[in-house]
Formats: sequence, structure tokens, C-alpha cells
Amino acid sequence: MTMKPRILLLACGALARELRTMMAGPGWAHCDLHCLPADLHNRPDQIAPAVERAVLARRDDYDDVFVVYADCGTGGQLQATCDRLGVQMMAGPHCYAFYDGLEEFAARDEATCFYLTDFLVRQFDAFVWKPLGLDRHPELLSMYFGNYTTLIYQAQTDDAALTAMAQDCAARLGLAFERRFTGYGELADIPARFA
Amino acid sequence: MSDEEDIILSELDDGELVEQMQDDLYDGMAEEIVEGVEILLERGWVPYDILTKALVAGMTVVGNDFRDGILFVPEVLLAAKAMKAGMAILKPLLAETGAPRMGKMVIGTVKGDIHDIGQNLVTMMMEGAGFEVKNIGINNPAEEYIAACKEFNADILGMSALLTTTMPYMKIVIDELKEQGLRDDYIVMVGGAPLNEEFGTAIGADAYCKDAAVAVEMAKQLIAAKAA
Repeated sequence: MTMKPRILLLACGALARELRTMMAGPGWAHCDLHCLPADLHNRPDQIAPAVERAVLARRDDYDDVFVVYADCGTGGQLQATCDRLGVQMMAGPHCYAFYDGLEEFAARDEATCFYLTDFLVRQFDAFVWKPLGLDRHPELLSMYFGNYTTLIYQAQTDDAALTAMAQDCAARLGLAFERRFTGYGELADIPARFA
Repeated sequence: MSDEEDIILSELDDGELVEQMQDDLYDGMAEEIVEGVEILLERGWVPYDILTKALVAGMTVVGNDFRDGILFVPEVLLAAKAMKAGMAILKPLLAETGAPRMGKMVIGTVKGDIHDIGQNLVTMMMEGAGFEVKNIGINNPAEEYIAACKEFNADILGMSALLTTTMPYMKIVIDELKEQGLRDDYIVMVGGAPLNEEFGTAIGADAYCKDAAVAVEMAKQLIAAKAA
């Protein structure tokens, strides 16, 4: 019997819950998870350096490292870093795309849509409302969201409570609401990369 | 009872008032900025001096502190709203009073991109520096950029993008300018959060601008170089 290579999944903290849920199921036993702080979501210029530090610190303990970030606003910097380090990463612009499916997402014409995932619905105040200063200065709402029309909740799970929270988020932002079930999208394909 | 005394702007001398207006701008206090502008106008200040010495100077401090991680986006937006309130009074007066004209710029976000906060800040700072700016808004295809540049007789074309997925469209616009033999007619400046110097060079832009203050300086330099 051949041992599967040990894989370190180096992931965005905003994916932690979803990855842990999947990793509790079959096919992921050879993977370990290490998450970087989810608030890098709001500071994309810091993602590539943080990933590099983590890869260099932990790669010797594993056969391979897989970076569970898409470009995430780094403007190609994260891909360049991963190429230099010789590790793979998720394809696509951001998690909204790989949850939806890269081809499906690219085919949509949704420039005026604002996306939330399960994580972002749960953490809406901490990751959207407060960092934008809307708790202190609600008068800035139109400057941030005036060009958006719709909040699309990309649901990873069927959870009526989360859907209600997402609807409330849309109302607070003054946007129309749509729920789109995506499941875990292309995250579920990670183990197959190392089969 | 508070130990702080209310500051009566009209009781300050000119130097103190300008300094106070810079502080008020930093704190995003639009009503105080409007009051300060009106007081200086009543005292016979030239609109251009109010703009540069009180508003632009104050906004420059805001920009520097944003760059250095001392201020964040919400505070910058509040300061911008305050500056905009002051600009609304000054703008009609600037042309009448012979304010210097630095050049003309068309600016807009690229096709597929609706994020205009950055380009609105650049518009304001460019106007503050004496440029005439035609802000054509969001989601612009190449033909709209080019039509606006021709119509406005622009010196500079500015393109902005927030998304990794939309920033490549800047190259399409530049290629279209080349295709139409217009590339040398305009200085092309690009900016937006996911961009960098390398990207600007790769797509053939004349300048990548990290923020609004850099955009103003680059515009001045490139206009001067073109005129030389």
C-alpha cells in the first residue's frame, strides 16, 4: 500500500469552517489545515507576504503545500509568490468565483452585485460594516454601495437562519437580495489534486 | 462639563483659521469647512489660495497619513466629503478669478468595474491642483474613454479599477488608442488597489499612480515633460 503524500492546506481564515467540515469527511485524511487571519481579506497587499512566511515556516514538515487562496485582490502578486515558492494555489479571482465555479462565475454579468458567503454573513459586522466605518458614519453608505444593485448570498449550506441574516445585510446596504446555493464549489476538488 | 472650549472660527486670525480648517478637514467636519471658506472669502482671500492653502494642504496631510497607515478609508472619505463641500463654493469662483490651469484630464473606471471611490478622490485632488477634470463615471468601454478624450480635448486619460478581473481592460483601451493612432495624443495614467508599477509598465501606461497625491504629482511632471 502506497502512503499518500502529506499535504498542508494553507488557507484563508474565511474558509476555515468550510474546510474543516469537508476534512471531517472521507478523502482528506492526508491533509492538515493551517489558516491565516481572515482579516487579510480586507488587506490584500499583505496576503502574499503572509503566505510566503507561512510556507517557509511549515513546508519542511510536509510533502507538499497547497495555498487555499485565489488571487483575492493581490493583482497577481500571490500567484507570483506561489510560482517562486513552487507551490500551487486556487485558480481564479476570489472565493466567490471558486465557490460558484470559475467558468460559471466568469460567464455571469454581475458587475453591480455584492457577494457574501456563509462566513461573511456570520461576520458581516466585523468584516464589512465596521471596517468600512458604517457603524460610526452611516452617511458613507452611498459612497461605498451607491453603484451596487443586488446582494447575492452565495450559500455554502442550507441554513434558514443564515439566509435571514443575509437578507438583513442586504436591507442594511439598501440592496436587492438574491440567494444562490453554491455548496463548497471547487474547494471540494482539492484532494483530487494530490490523489 | 467639558474642559474644551468651542472654537469660534470667525475670531481666529487668518493663519490660525487656515490651520484650524486643515484640522477640521482631517476630522471630516464639512460644516466647519464651509464656514471657514466663507470667512476667508469675506476677508478678501483669492479662491485659489483658499483651495491650495487650506483645503489641498489639509487633504495632503490626510493622504500622507492614509499612505502611512495612520488613517483608513472611512476617515479619508469623510475628509473628502468635507473638501468637496468647500470645493462646491470655490469651484465656480476659480475660473472667474484666473486660477492657474494645469491641463485637462478624462477619468473613469474601466468596463465591468463600478468602484469609483478612488477616481472620485483623484478627481478632487486634480481639480484642487488646477486641472480640469471630466469624470465619466463607471463601467466605461474603450470607445467611451476615447470619445470623451476627443470631446474634452484632454491631455491626460486616467483609468481606474478595483478588481483583478477588470484591470486587464486598461490594456484594451491603450491598444485601441494605438489602433486609432491616438496613443501619443494622451498621457495615460492608471491606478487602483490591485495594480502596481509592473502592471502599468506591462500594459503600456505612462504612469501607475499609487494614490491621489501621486496622481497629481505624476500629472504635473508628465504635462511639463510633454510641453518641454
